[in-house]
Amino acid sequence: MLTLEKRPSDSQTMSYLSPLLAILLTLFSGAVLFTAMGKDPLASLYTFFVSPLSDLYGWTELGTKAGPLLLCAMGLMLCFKAKIWNIGAEGQFILGGLGGGYIALELMEAEGIWVLPTILIAGAFCGMAWAALAALLKTRFNANEILTTIMLNYIALNWLLYGVHGPLKDPAGFNFPESAIFSEAATLPLIFEDYRLNISIFFALFAMATIWTLMSRSMMGFQISVLGEDQSAARFAGFNGKRLTWLALLACGALAGLAGVSEVTGTVGQLTPYISPGYGYAAIIVAFLGRMHPLGILFASMLLALTYMGGEMAQMDLGLPKSLTGLFQGMLLFYLLACDLLISYRIVKVKKSPAVAG
Amino acid sequence: MIFRPDGQKQPMKRIELKNITKRYPGCVANDQVNLTVHAGETHALLGENGAGKSTLMKIIYGVVAPDEGQMLWQGENVRISGPAHARELGIGMVFQHFSLFETLTVAENIALSMAADDVTSMDELKHRIETVSERYGMKLDPNRYVNTLSIGEQQRVEIVRCLLQDVKLLILDEPTSVLTPQEVEVLFHTLRQLAEEGCSILFISHKLDEVRALCDNATILRGGKVTGDCDPRTTSTEEIARLMVGDDTPLSENYERAQGSDAFLSIRELDFKSDDPFATSLKNLNLEVKSGEILGIAGVAGNGQEELLNLISGEETCNANQVFFANQAVGNLGPEKRRLAGLGFVPEERLGRGAVPDMSLEDNGLLTGYQGDLTNKGWINKSKVKAFAEKIIDQFNVKTAGSHAQAKSLSGGNLQKFIIGREMLQNPKLLVCSHPTWGVDIGAAILIRHALIELRDKGAAILVVSEDIDELYSISDRICAICDGRLSPVANTDDVSINQLGLWMAGDFNHQVTDSSSSSTAEPDPSLC
Repeated sequence: MLTLEKRPSDSQTMSYLSPLLAILLTLFSGAVLFTAMGKDPLASLYTFFVSPLSDLYGWTELGTKAGPLLLCAMGLMLCFKAKIWNIGAEGQFILGGLGGGYIALELMEAEGIWVLPTILIAGAFCGMAWAALAALLKTRFNANEILTTIMLNYIALNWLLYGVHGPLKDPAGFNFPESAIFSEAATLPLIFEDYRLNISIFFALFAMATIWTLMSRSMMGFQISVLGEDQSAARFAGFNGKRLTWLALLACGALAGLAGVSEVTGTVGQLTPYISPGYGYAAIIVAFLGRMHPLGILFASMLLALTYMGGEMAQMDLGLPKSLTGLFQGMLLFYLLACDLLISYRIVKVKKSPAVAG
Repeated sequence: MIFRPDGQKQPMKRIELKNITKRYPGCVANDQVNLTVHAGETHALLGENGAGKSTLMKIIYGVVAPDEGQMLWQGENVRISGPAHARELGIGMVFQHFSLFETLTVAENIALSMAADDVTSMDELKHRIETVSERYGMKLDPNRYVNTLSIGEQQRVEIVRCLLQDVKLLILDEPTSVLTPQEVEVLFHTLRQLAEEGCSILFISHKLDEVRALCDNATILRGGKVTGDCDPRTTSTEEIARLMVGDDTPLSENYERAQGSDAFLSIRELDFKSDDPFATSLKNLNLEVKSGEILGIAGVAGNGQEELLNLISGEETCNANQVFFANQAVGNLGPEKRRLAGLGFVPEERLGRGAVPDMSLEDNGLLTGYQGDLTNKGWINKSKVKAFAEKIIDQFNVKTAGSHAQAKSLSGGNLQKFIIGREMLQNPKLLVCSHPTWGVDIGAAILIRHALIELRDKGAAILVVSEDIDELYSISDRICAICDGRLSPVANTDDVSINQLGLWMAGDFNHQVTDSSSSSTAEPDPSLC
C-alpha cells in the first residue's frame, strides 16, 4: 500500500522537479485528449507545441506574447512573495490599456518623441491606480484581496466595453466596437521590420532584471519575503506590513498596466474588447510554474506564450477549437499544484504493520 | 512500597507497556520503552522537553498508535483505538493546554465530553459536578463561564471531567506549570486522595521537588529511551538529574546579585485595553529596569505578560510618555525605532516571530540585525550577513549544519541560543526576554543564563518574564509578579520568599509573609506576646 508521509524538511530537488513533472503530465493528458477526439496524439502535440516555433516568425510571436506575461508575472511575484493573493493583474492590465489608449486617442494629432512615453506612463499609472483600490480595501478595511481583485477585474472589463461601445468608438469605424487606430507617434516601434515584435519585450526584460536585483539584494525585497513567510516575524522585526502591501500591489499594478498599454500601443494598435487574451490570469500560472524565481518565470512565460500559439495552430491545422489553450493552461496549473504536494510530502510504501497487541 | 488498597500480596498492575517504539520521520520518539503503573500508585514520568514523554502519553491515551510493542491494561492485551476507547477503559488525561470552550459554562463543557447516554439531565450533571468537586477539595461552580475561571480552576474542570467518568488511570501532563505554588498544594492534596482510593496517576514533569513530594515511583526518559527507574523519595536530586540530562552537562549554577545604576526602561502609569476580547487589560502599571540589573517578572501565563511585552517591544503602541528608554519617550514608536534606541527583544515564540521558520540562519540574523552594517542604504551586504550568522553560531555554540540551514531545522534550544545571540551581539542597552529557557535542554539553559549575566555585567538593563520561578530566583536581581494586568511591588530577590511570590502571583499584593528564616533579626511582634 502506498501512503503519503511528511518529509522532515522540504525537498529542494522536488521543488524544481515538480514543474517538469507537471509539464509531462499535461503533455500526457493532452495526448489522451487528442486521441479521444480522433486525432493522432503525437502529431497533434507536435502541431500544438513544436510547429509554432519552426521559423523566425514563430519566435518573434513567442516574444510578443511572452512579453506581457513576463511583465504581469514579475509584478505578481512581488505580491505572491508577500502572500498577497492579487488575482487582479487582468484588471490592472485592462485598465492600463484603457487609460493609455484614451490618452493615445486624445493625442491623435500630436507629434514628437514625448507622445509615446506620456501614453506609457499614463497606462502604468492607471494600472497602479486600479491596484491601489485593492490595496486601500485590504489595508484600511482588511478586505480579502482575492475577492476584491477578482471583482475589480470584471469592473475593468466593463469599463473597457463601455469605452469601445461608447465614447471611445471610432466615429469612422462602421459602428464596430473599436477605437480608431492610433497614430504613428503613439505606436511602439518594431524591433524587426515585417514582424510584430516591438520594443515592449525590453520593458519586460528590464523589469525582470530590476525586480530580481531588488528581491535578492535589497532590504525592501527581504522585507517583502519576510512578510510573506511569517507576518508576526515581520511585525517583531519592525517591518511595516501595510506599507509593504501598498508597495507590492502598486508595483504589480504599474507593471500590469504597462503590459496593457504596451499591448494596445504595440501589437493591437487600437482599443478593442479583446485587448487581453487572459494574460493577467495566465500570469498567475507563470508565477507559480516559475517557482517565484525570475529565471523560472522567464521560461514559464515562454511556455504559456506557446500555449496561446499552439491553440491558434490547432484551430488552423487540426480544426480544433482555440479554447484548447485554456484547457492546457488549466491542466498545467492543476498538475503543478498536485505535484507541489511532493515538495513537503513523499510517497512511501507501508508494510502491513505488525500486530501491536499480540 | 506501593500502596495496595485491596490488600493483595501482589499489587495489581494497572497498565504495563512493553517495548513500545514510535518513530517519526527523522527521529525515534520512543525507543523500546517499558513502563508499569500499579493500582493506587502515583508514578512520575521525568525527562527534559523532547525526551518523548508526551509521545508516550499520547500512545497510552490512544491519540498516537505505536509502531511496535505491547500494551496490557489490567493484565489484558489491548490496542487502544482512540481517546474515546481510552476513556471507556477508564483512562483520563489532562493536557498541558486545556481543551475547553471559553464561552460555555463548566457544566456545558463537561457535558460535551460525556457519552450521550451518560447525561440524562443537565440538573443531575450539575449536581454530580458539585458533589465530586467538593469531595476532592476542588470546589467548582457548574454555572460559571469558563472564561471567568482562573487557569487553576480551568484545570479543575479538566480533572473533574475525568473523575466523573470513573477514572482508573489519570494522566497529567505538566499540570503544575500553570499554577501558583499555593494552587499546586491544592492539586497535590486532590491527587493524594485519589491515589488512596486506588486510582493510578501518571504524573509528567521535569520538576524534581514536585515529583519527590508526590510520587512513589519515577521512570526517567532521555532521548526516547528509559534511562532509569527509581523511588524519587530515596534517590538524590543529583542522581535523577544525571539520568535526565546525561553525564556531560553541568548541573548547578550560582550568580552574584547586582545593584544596577540608573533606570533605563521606565513604564509610567500604563493603562492598556486591547481590541482582543480575550486579552488582559493592563492597569496603572509602573515599572523601572535599571542598567546593569536583571529584573524578573513572575506570573502565570495570560495575566498580561504578552500585552506588556508587546508594549515594550513596540509591536503595540501607547502614549509616548508612558514608556521611556533612558530619557527618551518611546511609547508611540514602532519596533524599528525602539531598536535604534537600544532595544533587544527575545520573544516567547521562537519559530514564527523570533525567527522565520523557512528562512536560513543568515536571513534570520538579518531579520533584526539590519540596523548595523549588514545593510548600506537599503542594500544587503551578503558577506557581512553570512559573517554575522557565523559569529552567532560560533559564540553561542549553536549546533547546526551551517549558516545556510533553515531556522526550523534547529532544535528548540539551539534556535533559542541563536535568537538570544542575535539580540546580544547587537549590544542592546535593554534586553527583554520572554521565557528565555522554556523547553530548552539544561546545557543550553545554563549557557543562556551565563550570557544574560555577562550582558548585565556589561551594563545592560535586562527584563526577564518567566513562569519558571527557580530560574527567576537564580538570575534576577530584583523580582516582582504580574497578575490580572497589575504588577506587584518590586523587591530585591533575596528579600522575597517563595510564599510571598506565590501570593503576588495570585494577585494578593498587600499581605506580607514573614519569612521564618530571617525572623531572628526582626523585632518580635508585640501583639504575639
